[in-house]
Amino acid sequence: MRDARLHAGIPIKPVYGPEDLAGVDVERDIGTPGEYPFTRGIHKHMYRDRLWTMRQYIGFGTPSETNARFKYLMAHGQDALNVAFDLPTQLGLDSDDPRAEGEVGRVGMAIDTFADMEEAFAGIPLDRVSVSLTINSMAAPITAMFFAVAEQQGTSRDRVVTTPQNDILKEFVARGTWVYPVDPSLRLVGDLIEYSARHYPRSNPVSVCGYHIREAGCTTAQEMAYGLAIAAAYVDMMVRRGMDVDDFAPRVSFNFTCWGKIFEEVAKFRAGRRLYARMLRERFGAKNPKSCMFRSLIGGGGSSFVPEEPENNIVRGAYIALAAALSGAQTMALPTYDEAYTIPSAKAQLIALRTMQICAEESGATDTVDPLAGSYYVEAITAEMEKKIVAEMAEVERMGGIVEAVKAGAIQAEVARQAYLFERKLASGEIPKVGVNCYVGDQRAAADQEVELYSCDPKVSAAQVAKLEKIRRERDHGAVDASLARLRDAARGTENLMPPIMDAVRAYATLGEIARAMKDVFGEHKEPVKFA
Amino acid sequence: MRVLVAKPGLDGHDRGAKVVVQALRDAGVEVIYTGLKRTPEEIVHEAVQEDVDVIGLSILSGAHLLLARRVLDGLRAQGAGDIKVVVGGIIPPRDVAELQQLGVRHVFPMATPLDDIVKAFKESL
Repeated sequence: MRDARLHAGIPIKPVYGPEDLAGVDVERDIGTPGEYPFTRGIHKHMYRDRLWTMRQYIGFGTPSETNARFKYLMAHGQDALNVAFDLPTQLGLDSDDPRAEGEVGRVGMAIDTFADMEEAFAGIPLDRVSVSLTINSMAAPITAMFFAVAEQQGTSRDRVVTTPQNDILKEFVARGTWVYPVDPSLRLVGDLIEYSARHYPRSNPVSVCGYHIREAGCTTAQEMAYGLAIAAAYVDMMVRRGMDVDDFAPRVSFNFTCWGKIFEEVAKFRAGRRLYARMLRERFGAKNPKSCMFRSLIGGGGSSFVPEEPENNIVRGAYIALAAALSGAQTMALPTYDEAYTIPSAKAQLIALRTMQICAEESGATDTVDPLAGSYYVEAITAEMEKKIVAEMAEVERMGGIVEAVKAGAIQAEVARQAYLFERKLASGEIPKVGVNCYVGDQRAAADQEVELYSCDPKVSAAQVAKLEKIRRERDHGAVDASLARLRDAARGTENLMPPIMDAVRAYATLGEIARAMKDVFGEHKEPVKFA
Repeated sequence: MRVLVAKPGLDGHDRGAKVVVQALRDAGVEVIYTGLKRTPEEIVHEAVQEDVDVIGLSILSGAHLLLARRVLDGLRAQGAGDIKVVVGGIIPPRDVAELQQLGVRHVFPMATPLDDIVKAFKESL
């Protein structure tokens, strides 16, 4: 008999039976859908009442090109947007900054000023379309620009639904778009949460991500453990700032990945939901059940896609969609089959959207809530995953808590160690990958022979810079300078930075100017490079 | 043999770079890794100062042609043209020949087996 293990390292028995449920208390641990501790899902009827939101990650080139792609997918039934920004935007550099050379509009759309944001959302009704903004160190100014566009469209604040990612801790661990040191970065996260809770009651000011940490190499249990530890750090920070947990926790959301073993993913999310619910109620004293809900975007893991025989990734995507549906996703996004080597083509994005729609409408996965509940196997590994996640969280505490462990580079080192172990297992065939390390034909299919490759048009950068220069010439310089001076002053103190940032945005200060004003006060993060 | 593994440009994806660092170390190679968002100038300076034999650039954003050219030009300008440069990341096949023409010794596009990368570093000398 071959050995089998979950990615979390837990051994899998060949057969599960009633004896494996000995420690599971049905009432306490599994419960009822829509009720604490939400193991079976956060809504009573789940997809019978409302399908998950389909939200492909899009953005490239200029704001107007991105606007056109938004509209293309919306015409095909996508109901919400998930915006990708280019790296200069994510790092607070204007398109004409020397460090932005070669990167403008490349991995997302370029945003320099409020005017770009107006263009990106032209003709998109922000009172009806919810918009995720994949932005972190620059979440405060970019979300301010988004709020300003909604204001300009005449949308009332309580109709605006936006989810800036705004999870800086995971940026220090994985993904890397940090700018300021850890402490002022956390302050900005908190300022946006507070401002949003007060003024934009339906917006979700933070999306806590396990996704990128797992994509960077950690295990399933670590993904959930680090995500929950990060969420706890933010909740704790807001409570310390004087907010009542129930005033903001209902709008905290999550972004987790999903790939690999279907039942392990389901168990990870079921265990994660009950751990989060218990943490919010028992540790933070939440009274509103909504505060205890682990609402998650489940984004399929692009790291499981490979360039060899790329069409096979479509099949992998279908299993991911099924796993995410069985896991109780509120929102879903899938990687595209060409994602392993290029910015997705329109065709590949449409196939990913269609994959989710087929799963939703044809597979039957949405007919009843949490269909795997009561399975000997799934309930047993849900309990096992819970123990493993708790153990990993205890390990984080031993490192001094998530904030200290991130500052020291300890989580980063562990993630890198796991990534290396994973790579070794791929090389040895211990983790199988069809067409890569098993069932490889005579000739390994040449990567991307049959796929369209995205070309970044150099004209994008020129157009963006020309527009930026025009705005710099035409705006009210006095107003810009005054707003930036106010922002610097505010940064030196402790007040919420969102109001001065909103003022700077409305005066058409550039993202680079706003970012620099804060850098003058906060300084820059110095990365702790460490290996286990 | 001394190697500098570096992440030039703005791209924050360091999984590949860190895996390669660990694989090289396990293969007995002395490796320096300097973290994210290094400029080409900083990389050249660090390579010269640390007296490395090979620089490994990891780039996933698509800006590899520009960044590799900057590092190679910088090395030549410092009289350090003998330091070999290899590049890995999301490198489309259409760009491999161009990188080699610039003077990149080896290119490791997506899906290059780890052992092949380690071997290529060792053969770069």
